[in-house]
Amino acid sequence: MHSSSLPDRRPPARLINFILLSLLFSAAAAWAQESPYIVTYDHYLEEPGSLEVEYYSNFATQRGGNDFHSYWLELEYGATAWWTTELYLDAQTTFGDSTVFTGFRWENRIRPLKHEHFINPVLYIEYEHISDADKIIKEVEGHDVESDNLDPNAIARQEHKHELEFKLILSRNVKGWNFAVNPIVVKNLLPSEPWEFGYAMGASRPLALKASSHACSFCRENFVAGVEMYGGLGDTVSPGLHETSHYVAPVVAWNLPSNWTLRLLPTFGLNDNSHRFMLRWGVSHEFSGFGQMVSRVFGGHE
Amino acid sequence: MTTLHGLGISSIALMIFAATLTRAQENLPAQPTKERDLEYYAELAKAPEKARALKNPLESDPDAVAAGRKLFEGHCAECHGNTAEGGKNAPSLRVPAVQEATPGTLFWVLTNGVVRRGMPVWSKLPEPQRWQIVSYLKSLGPSQTNSSEK
Repeated sequence: MHSSSLPDRRPPARLINFILLSLLFSAAAAWAQESPYIVTYDHYLEEPGSLEVEYYSNFATQRGGNDFHSYWLELEYGATAWWTTELYLDAQTTFGDSTVFTGFRWENRIRPLKHEHFINPVLYIEYEHISDADKIIKEVEGHDVESDNLDPNAIARQEHKHELEFKLILSRNVKGWNFAVNPIVVKNLLPSEPWEFGYAMGASRPLALKASSHACSFCRENFVAGVEMYGGLGDTVSPGLHETSHYVAPVVAWNLPSNWTLRLLPTFGLNDNSHRFMLRWGVSHEFSGFGQMVSRVFGGHE
Repeated sequence: MTTLHGLGISSIALMIFAATLTRAQENLPAQPTKERDLEYYAELAKAPEKARALKNPLESDPDAVAAGRKLFEGHCAECHGNTAEGGKNAPSLRVPAVQEATPGTLFWVLTNGVVRRGMPVWSKLPEPQRWQIVSYLKSLGPSQTNSSEK
C-alpha cells in the first residue's frame, strides 16, 4: 500500500488531533487564577495563546413587568501578553414572553505599560451591536434604569444600537487585595446621541495567600471573595446621579483545578431605578495553549 | 428574521475573531532560539537594586518548594516545560543566568513579566505564592544540558 495512492488525509487527522488535544488540555493539571468580578475589570489580561470560554447567567427581578433570565457567552483570547480580545454573544428569556438573541460585542483590552506600577492602567475599547432587548447588564451607563427593560421582546428587539464603549481600567494589588476602578464612557454611533458615563469598582482577596503544598479543590487559596459596585453617571446632556441606577454585589470565585472557575454574585439594586435583585453566576474554562493548537491545525508554525 | 440576522452578523464577527486570534498567534515567537532566550535572560539585569536585594521570606518554610512546584506546574510549565528546561515559547530556567540570580531578581521578573516578549505579569498571584515559585526554581539547580549557557 503506497501512501501516494491515498487521498490526502492530513486536514481530518489534524482536526482529530485538535479535538483530542482539546480534551487532553481540559484535564491538564493546571488551574486558572481568575478575578471574581463580572462587571469590574482588573489589570490582568488573558495569558498569551490561551482561550477562556465563559458562560454567564443573570436572573433579575422586574417591577411592573416580567422577571427575566439573561445569559451570554464570552470567548476571551490572549493575543499577546499586552492585548486580549473577546467576543460576546448575548441572549435573554423574559418569563411569560419569549427568548431572543440580542446581539454581540467585540472587546479589546490593551496594556500600555511594560511593568507593574503603583496603579496599573489598561485601555479598553468595545464595539456593541445589540438590540434594545439586551438585558445582560454587563455594565451600567448614562441613565440606564430598570424601566428600560419593560418593553415586550417583540418591540424591543426591533430597535438596534451600535455603540463604542471605552474604559480606563485602573487596578492595584496590595497585600493580597485587588482594588480596581473603571470609569466608563459610551457613545452610541448615531450623531444625535450623547456621550454616556458610568463607573465600576471592586475589591477582592483570596481567602489564603500561600498555596498549600498538595493538590486540592477546597483549599482556601482557591477561593477569592470581595465586592463590586457599578452604576450610571448620566450623559453629556444631563450629567449626574439623577435617573441613574446603581448596584452592589458581594462576589466569590472558586478557581478549580483543571482551569475551571465558578463565580457567584448576588446583586442588589441601590435605588428605585435599579432592579431590586439579580442573581448572577458564571462558569468558565481556560484552554491553555489554544493558539498553538489552532496554529498547528491550520499548518502554521508552533 | 431578526434572530437570523443577528446570528448571521455574529457568525461573521466570530470568523473575524478567529482570524484575529490565529493571525495574532503567528506574531508570537516562532521557534526557540538562543538569541530569543538571551533576550529573556537580559531582563534579569533590569531588576532594580532594591528588588535584587529582597530576601525570600519563605526560604526556611519546609512546604515552600512543594507548594512552588504545584504552582509552577499550574501556571508556568506549559511554556517553560515540566522540568523548567524550556519549551517552544519560553526559555529554560535551569541555566546559570537564572539559577545564580538572587531570589529577589526572580521575584521581580515574575511580578513584572516580560510583557513585550510574551511573558505575562504574574502579580495576580499573591506575593507568598510568587515566593513559593522562587523557592521551587532555586531548588532545581542548573541542568547538565544547559549548564554551559549563560
